[in-house]
Formats: sequence, structure tokens, C-alpha cells
Amino acid sequence: MEHIRTTKVEQVKLLDRFSTSNKSLTGTLYLTATHLLFIDSSRRETWILHHHIAAVEKLPLTTSGCPLVIQCKNFRIVHFVVPRERDCHDVYNSLLQLSRTAKYEELYAFSYNPKQNESEQVKGWQLIDLAEEYKRMGVPNDYWQLSDANRDYKICETYPRDLYVPRTASKPIIVGSSKFRSKGRFPVLSYYHKDKKAAICRCSQPLSGFSARCLEDEHMLQAISKANPSNRYMYVMDTRPKLNAMANRAAGKGYENEDNYSNIRFQFVGIENIHVMRSSLQKLLEVSGTKGLSVNDFLSGLESSGWLRHIKAVLDAAVFLVKAIAVESASVLVHCSDGWDRTSQVCSLGALLLDSYYRTIKGFMVLIEKDWISFGHKFSDRCCQLDGDPKEISPVFTQFLESVWNLMEQFPQAFEYNEAFLLQIHEHVHSCQFGNFLGNCQKEREELKLKEKTYSLWPFLLDEQKKYQNPLYSPDFSPELTLLEPNTVSFNFKFWRNMYHQFDRSMHPRQSVYDLIMNMSEQNKQLEKDIKELEAKIKQKNGQPDAVILKEHQQSAHPAPVALKTPPCFKKEQPLIPVNDAVRTIEGSNTADNRYSEFMEEFSKAEPAVVSLEYGVARMTC
Amino acid sequence: MEFSELIKTATVESVLLAGTGLPAVRGTLCITSHHLLLSSCPGGDGQPGTVELWLLIRNVDAVEKRLAGSSGTITLRCKDLKVLQLEIPGMEECLNIASSIEALSSVDSVMMMYPFFYRPQDLRLEEGWHLFPLEQYFQKIAAQTNQWRLSDLNRDFTTCPTYPAGVIVPAAVSDDTLRRAARFRQGGRFPVLSYYHPRNGTVMLRSSQPLTGPNRKRCPEDEVLLGTVLDEGERGFIIDTRSAQAAKQARMTGGGTEPKSSYPQWKRLHRPLERGRPLQESFIKLVEACNDASLSMDRWLSRLESCRWLSHVKAALSTACLAAQCLDREEASVLVHGAEGTDTTLLVTALAQVILDPGCRTMVGFQGLLEREWIEAGHPFHLRCARSAYSHARLKQEAPLFLLFLDCVWQLSRQFPFSLEFGESLLLALFDNAYASDYGTFLCNNEKERCLCKVKENTHSLWAWLNQPEEKKKYLNPLYSHNPLVIWPSVEPQSIQLWQGLFFRWIRPSQYLEEARAEMQRLVEAKEAPAKESAGSRLSRSLSDPAARTENER
Repeated sequence: MEHIRTTKVEQVKLLDRFSTSNKSLTGTLYLTATHLLFIDSSRRETWILHHHIAAVEKLPLTTSGCPLVIQCKNFRIVHFVVPRERDCHDVYNSLLQLSRTAKYEELYAFSYNPKQNESEQVKGWQLIDLAEEYKRMGVPNDYWQLSDANRDYKICETYPRDLYVPRTASKPIIVGSSKFRSKGRFPVLSYYHKDKKAAICRCSQPLSGFSARCLEDEHMLQAISKANPSNRYMYVMDTRPKLNAMANRAAGKGYENEDNYSNIRFQFVGIENIHVMRSSLQKLLEVSGTKGLSVNDFLSGLESSGWLRHIKAVLDAAVFLVKAIAVESASVLVHCSDGWDRTSQVCSLGALLLDSYYRTIKGFMVLIEKDWISFGHKFSDRCCQLDGDPKEISPVFTQFLESVWNLMEQFPQAFEYNEAFLLQIHEHVHSCQFGNFLGNCQKEREELKLKEKTYSLWPFLLDEQKKYQNPLYSPDFSPELTLLEPNTVSFNFKFWRNMYHQFDRSMHPRQSVYDLIMNMSEQNKQLEKDIKELEAKIKQKNGQPDAVILKEHQQSAHPAPVALKTPPCFKKEQPLIPVNDAVRTIEGSNTADNRYSEFMEEFSKAEPAVVSLEYGVARMTC
Repeated sequence: MEFSELIKTATVESVLLAGTGLPAVRGTLCITSHHLLLSSCPGGDGQPGTVELWLLIRNVDAVEKRLAGSSGTITLRCKDLKVLQLEIPGMEECLNIASSIEALSSVDSVMMMYPFFYRPQDLRLEEGWHLFPLEQYFQKIAAQTNQWRLSDLNRDFTTCPTYPAGVIVPAAVSDDTLRRAARFRQGGRFPVLSYYHPRNGTVMLRSSQPLTGPNRKRCPEDEVLLGTVLDEGERGFIIDTRSAQAAKQARMTGGGTEPKSSYPQWKRLHRPLERGRPLQESFIKLVEACNDASLSMDRWLSRLESCRWLSHVKAALSTACLAAQCLDREEASVLVHGAEGTDTTLLVTALAQVILDPGCRTMVGFQGLLEREWIEAGHPFHLRCARSAYSHARLKQEAPLFLLFLDCVWQLSRQFPFSLEFGESLLLALFDNAYASDYGTFLCNNEKERCLCKVKENTHSLWAWLNQPEEKKKYLNPLYSHNPLVIWPSVEPQSIQLWQGLFFRWIRPSQYLEEARAEMQRLVEAKEAPAKESAGSRLSRSLSDPAARTENER
């Protein structure tokens, strides 16, 4: 609280990000301990969580005031104009302080109280049980067992306590292998394919340098390939570009020498490192944020950012992995440098393609808990939860979500969840409101006592899972049931507008098919239920006047409108239009919101100021 | 000319047919005057074969042959962008087939085309030709204002050979004045009413460029005609679909644009839209890029950029929105023209109506719009759609303006998925039929030619076929719900998408997308069924039962 120098500024203007005519809303800006809040003259609220703020920038003073630009990690960009420079300066400094947190304990998750009692909190954390998940996959079994080697995080600090390894890998082999792997991240099981008896394993790069060998590590790999009775050889996928891997050799790291390991097939797949990804996203955002963008500038910007190329590379790698398992029944060991970025991407996407369970809402939570959270993807560093090294920030997890979105576009019926689910997860990876994504690894999370002091995100998402359901989902989609074989031809990758412009409503389709379909299938279910009830009632009330029944039927045919206002502490305050009205209100359907009105300055007459939302409704009623 | 002269070899046995995404089949290939048939013979001995291919030869855009040893492969690239391969045993047969297809597909005489021979059993010839009489359209306007009249001065197509017999003009302007004004406009296309905006009584007019020429000629009748449209003190906008530079240059060849001094109430806005050859080349380049699956991401994006197709989509949409905005928000009348007034002009006026008028977004209304603003308005379909994206022939007058229009409508349907009564399948069918059709609707370049060729007497109308209940169902948008508002689309590059359903129709496997669409349809129908019918009938059934019983008891 001591950082807040001013709590309220009036007469602040919120500029339209893309309008060239300086269209704006006037309202009041409030600073709270956790949020920045803007309420415009028509009482619409814009809530911005301090943790979501990626950058605050004060632009040179203009005649109308002092411009303040806030960029958020969820790709919201707001542009305020504060009338007095002093106020602007205060807000700027406050936000600078508030958006930078030095200690985990100061994060929102530690103060966030969703009014759950202790047992609910505990139950929430137990919702995802990874031991249960490994059991579902079919381990332990004759070939794989739970190892207690890392019980106390002695062998690898960034791995979870429970690790599954081949039965034939003895403790000395594990220890030896871990000493030969960067950060001690030795090969362990990530996913087991029951039918093919093949495994996805993950690790970090070997410390091979130019010629070093490690017998235990060689044994470890042999144990993995022997744990697969259906195939003698295994693949080792180095997800880095070959050049990067070779450069690592000079630092005593590197990649497996095929001559030293028996029966391995080594393959580079060429996903770029976190720094390339960070600057690629930076370029993408620069392009998509440009005012008055032409189609050609957009496409050439999209190309030169390389973003879609990277997404394709990630999916291509997953497709390669899946082919090895599904076609050749071969086990695959995946690594990159430290085995927590690209490795997480490829392992989790591979499993998602192989196993339809991960395409359910619950399954997707499990997948994230397993391949991302438990295996030590450094969420804290990558998402800059604490004020730290900017070079550690990278959109690795965002790329994973985007890859999943691309798959959803190709297979509209294969996923139980929808785009909103991905967006909500993305929101909370950065919000620091729930404990799941805090910290960099399990050990750190235990030390922070997150399970006692914070809440888990998943039960909250499950509670409102209706919002995240895909109405077209069919569980027995595709005859082969589980395997997805995406086509990764370039034209299948599209710019994810609903992610990068999720707050720029004027760019969105004006009517949402998903909302409507969802609503319809809800109504269908409701109507079916009503009919059954009514039929039952009719049987009961045989002979009684019919009027009552008919009236009841009419009432239930119109489901209650969805609540407009939701507490901002959990849900985004996105303008939630009641789904019933999706047809009625054509949001953003205002000439002024679209750029074909640029020439308007030429007109003597003032631009029509009516906002179409009201406009549309008004016209509908008369 | 006899078709048989062009057919060198009529049948070839054991031809292998392959297309992208389809299993190859072997069968007997047969060429008729208008079709290419391939029937496979599953049982062999005397059993009737299944027809695997029934291709209108007019649909063939390019024929490529490759000979290897004693056999040859013919690649047929179709106007609907499909690519087929025929492996033909025998070199001579291969060459004969190829040259026959080439000859038959390039028959240019309208009267020799298939619509004049096609006689489906369940349709009558005259059906569908008079679904959208201009009188009816005019009556709707006349019900609201008496400022306009329907003139038949062009009944013998002498005033303007590319206009239909009837046109809607200001009531205060005489036919004589119109005739004089017509002489001042290229091709006689004087300003006529294209759309009346009932909300505020503003109108959208269209014409061709004025023939001001290098000496800044004036025409008092043309000035009167445009002056009558606006009341005193009112302002109107002229949207010229050429750049200011191009409009100026047109003066050297006798054309030009309305000078401010002679039309003081009209303000000119230049919105250059691509047309003609550059647009055709854009289309060709885009299709080329789409057919190259080996492109890396960077190459794909740069080819998508360099073909500029999406820029054209954005420009067309923006200009139509501008016209719509002038009418609806500025409450000002608009005149749209480019040079000839038969291409980009119609693109803008038709698109603006889809945006403004909910009536144009229904199945019937959209057909009426096409009939009025494209076909009768004299878009030269025969010239513009003679060849599609694959043809090796030298480009003449081809340009995919109609496709660009359909693409823009598709963009609208993506942004307003409930507001159009028809779906993507109708747009695809229209594209196919504009380039090669069993029906006469898109034949010829204007009404005059259609009259001369007796198209309406001797061919079937596409609309008659489309509007058969069973057929119509395929083209409806299950999510449609009447939306009385103006639909303002976003024209940001991030909002404009490549029309995959058209450009990748034969390339990408669409099984999953189609299944999803079917599921969506099922959900909607399920909603309508229990809600409207089954719920009602089931309830009334259960209700009537006890009622019946009480009657009996009485």
C-alpha cells in the first residue's frame, strides 16, 4: 500500500488503441492494492491486475495531458491521458512499484481470498493427482517403476519427487546419469503409451563436450529402449537447431554421440531458444499494434517476426515424436538444453496428440500439471512473476497454448474445451492469483507452502466449466479414437487474433458462433428436461386445467439471462454479453470503431458519437 | 460447327483417374460434346459401371499433357480450381483426348454452350427467369417516395447497350434529358439508382465516368440529373474507384471525372480499387501459392503478401463500408463509378447493399441483388470469367471481380455468422457457376446479348435449380436469425482471412471441418425440433389424451 501515491484521478481519457481520430472515453482512474481500475462515464469498468502489467511508459506531454501507456502480459494495451502531469507521474511511479514484486509472499495469490474454507482449499489442491495419472497411463508395470531417488530433491532440484524410470535402471545408474546431464535432469518417463508399450522420456542435454562419455548414462538410455518390448531402437530428439547444440559442446555440454549409445536414432528438430522466441513475440506485437496497418505490412511483419514459423516448428517436432511412437512403436527421449522449455512443449503436445484424455478439460489440467509444473518449467522466470532478469522472460507456454489452438482449428470436434479455456489459463499463468504457476519448480513451491497459503486454479475453472466447453466436442471423435494427425502445411497456421487482440473487441467477429451453439445445446438439454418433467406432471395432474402447465412451460423455455456482472477478482471484466443477446447486440459495429471512417475529418459534420451497442438495442426495441 | 469434328477420340479404356485427396480409379473415359465421363467397371462383365467423373468440359481451364513411353498423363486444371489427372494408355489416344478437350473447352460461341442443351426433367425452362422483376423492386421504393420513377427509355438497348430495359431514375428528369446525359457517360451508362436507403431516404447511384476529355467538356443534362438527386443545401459524395491520378489521366483518352465547379454539391472521394489484369494476376498468383504445399512458413507468408489478394479484399470492403457510411451515418447520397462502371463500381454498390440492407442477406434477397447489381447491371461475365486461375491462354478481359465480391461477402459471413441466411456453400456454388455452368444465368455480358441469344427462352435459370426445396437446404446457414441492423465489418488486416473454403477446397482434407459443420447443423435442428415441433406435439398429445378422456367421461 505504501507504493500508492494517489488513489484516484478524475477526468482521465482512455484512448482507442487503433483509432486514428483520437477517439476516447473519459472517466476516473482508481489505484487499489491489487488492481488498476478505470470507470468511464457510462459506468463501464476496466480492471487491470498489477501483476499483469508488463511495462508502463510515460509519453511526452501533449496539449490534452500526459499520456500513459500500459502494456499487459495478457496483450492488453491501454493508453490513458491524465490531465495533470503530477498525477500522471504519481500513477506512473505507483504502478512501477506495484507491478514489480521482489518477494513471492507479496504476490496476489498470498492475499487472494476466494472465501473457501480450509478443507475446500485442501480438496482443491488434491484435484489433480499425478500418481493417479501415471496409474492411468499404466505405470508402474513390468518395465517401469517409481523411483525414490529424488525423494528429497537430492539428485535433481528442479524435478518432482516422484519419478518413473525403467525397472532395470538401478540407483547408481540414475545417479551417474544425472551427473552427466545438465542440472542433473536425467532421463525419466513423461508419458507411457499402453498399447504400443512405448514411452516419451525427457531429460536435459548430456555434458558430453567434444568427447566425454558416461557409462551410466549410456546404460540409462539402454534401459529405456529395453523397457519397450516392441522395438529395439529408440529415438533421441534434440529439439534444438543443430548449430546451437554444437555450440554447446564448447561449453562442455552438447548432444549424444550415436557411436557411444547403442540402438539410438538421433534427430535434431530445430526449435529456437527462449531469446529468439522472446524477440519474435516482441516483433509480432509491434506489427499487430501498429495503427493504420495495411494488409501487406501485416503479412510481411508476420513473416519477419518468424512467430508462425516457430509455432510450426514446435508442432512439427510433436508430429515427429508421435510418428515414432504410433507408427514405429519406438520410445523417444526428448531434450533441449535444460529440458524445461522446448522439451516441455514437445512432450506435452506429443501426449496431447496421442491420448484423447488430454483433450478433455480435466485431462488438459493434468497435462499442464505434469509436463509443465511438476517437471520444472520456470514459470516464475519465464512470466516474470518477480522482478528479475528480463532475459529469462519467454513466451514458451504461450506457444504451447497457441499450438493447441491450431490443433483445435484443425479438429473442431476433438477437444472438450474451447478457446476461452486456453485464454483463461493464459490469463492466470500471469495473474499470480493462484498458487499453481508460482515459482520455478516443485521444491520451491513446497518451501513457499503454496498449498497452505494459496489456492489452486483448477477447481475454479472446473466450477465454471460450462464456459469452457466446446459444444461440438464428440468424445469418440475419429475412428482410431485417440491419435490426432495434424497437417502442418504452412497455410494451416493462422495468426491467433483472439489471443493477441483479445481486448481489441472491434477486431473480433461481431457474433460468436460458439456462444450461440453452446447456448442452443444448453437449451436443448433444458427443453428435453422440461418436456420430461411436464409429461410426468401431466400424467399426475390428469384432468386438471391445462393453463398452469402451459404457463410453466413457457417460462422454462426462456432460460434466465446470464449474470452480466462478475466479481473482477477472479474473472476478467471482459464485456460479457449475455449469450442470449449475441444476435441482438452487434458489438463494435460502429463505423467509428472501424478504420474506413478515417476520412471523416474531411466532413464538416461531427462524427456520429452514438455507440452502436446502445444504438443497436435502441433500434431493436422500437 | 459440329462438336463431333472436335472429338478425335471418343472413348478410351483403362484410364486411371487421380485427384488430390481421392483414391485413384480406373475406368473407361468418354468424351461427349460437353462432358468428360469416366466410369469404372467394378464387376467387369457387362455390369453397369459407376460414374466416377462427370466433368463439364467448359470447366476445364488448362490441359497439360506429359508423355512417357507408350502412355501419357493429362492434367486437367479446372476453373473451380480442382486439379485432375488422367493416365491414358496409348500415346495417340492421349494426344487426341488432350486436343479434343482443349478444343471443346475453348468454344467461344455462347449458343454452343451447354446451358442451351441442358434439359433437366424436373425444371421448366421459364422457371426462375422472372423471380426478381425490377418493377417489384421499384414498387417498394415508390411506396416510400415519389422522387423516383421507372423508365423504359432503354427498352431497345439503344441509349445504353449494357443497361437493362428498365432503369430507376429521378422522377423530375425526362427521358430526353437522360438520353443526352447518357451521351456524356462512357458506354452510355448514365447515373441510375442502385439502392434506396429507407432509413433516411438517401440513395446510392451508379454510372460510368463522365466524358469530360482533355478540354473539360460539360454536359448540362448530366449536371441537372445529378443536381435533382440532392435538395438544396444537401451534399452528396462521388466515390471514384480510381486514384485521383488515374482519373485525371483518363481525361487524355476522353474520360475523366466530375469537376467540382460543375457539380458544386458533390464531393469527390477517390478510393482506388484494383481491376482488370492486375487483379487476374493477383488471383493466379494466390492460387499458385495455395497449390504449393512445400512452401516454408516464410515463403508462404511472403507469397500471400506479394499476390496482394487480401489487400484487394480489404480495399473493396473498406470502400463499400465508406459508401454505406455516407448513406447511413452521414445521411448523404452517393454516386459510385470507376471508368466503365461495370466492374469495381458494381463490386462497391452490391457490397454496400449487403452491409446496409438486411433484405439482401436472405437467400432470395441475395439472388435478387446478384440479378440486379451484377447480371442486369451489365457486368461482362462472359469476358471476365472466360478463364480462371490456371489458364495458359493469353489474358484478354478476364478479371475475378465477381470472385472478389463473393470473398468479401464470405468475410462478412465470418464476422456476422448469424446475419446471412445463406452459407459458404452458396458462395462456392455461385463461383463455380459463374465460370462454368449448366444454367444460363451467368451467360453473356449484358441483357442485350441475352436477348439476342434468347438465353431466357432456351436455357434454365440457376435460381430455379437452387430454389428447389431439397437443393436450397444445402445452401442455408443453420445459424441465421434475422438481423435488422447495418453490419459494419472490421477491415483490419488481423480481421481479414484467407478464404480457405474456396482456395483450399480441393487441397486440404476438410473431413473434420465438415463433420463439425454437420454437428452444428444437428444441434440447431435439434433445438428447433424439440422446441417448436416435438415439444409442441408431444405436449399437445399428452394434453389431448386426458381431454379426450374427460369428454368420454361426460
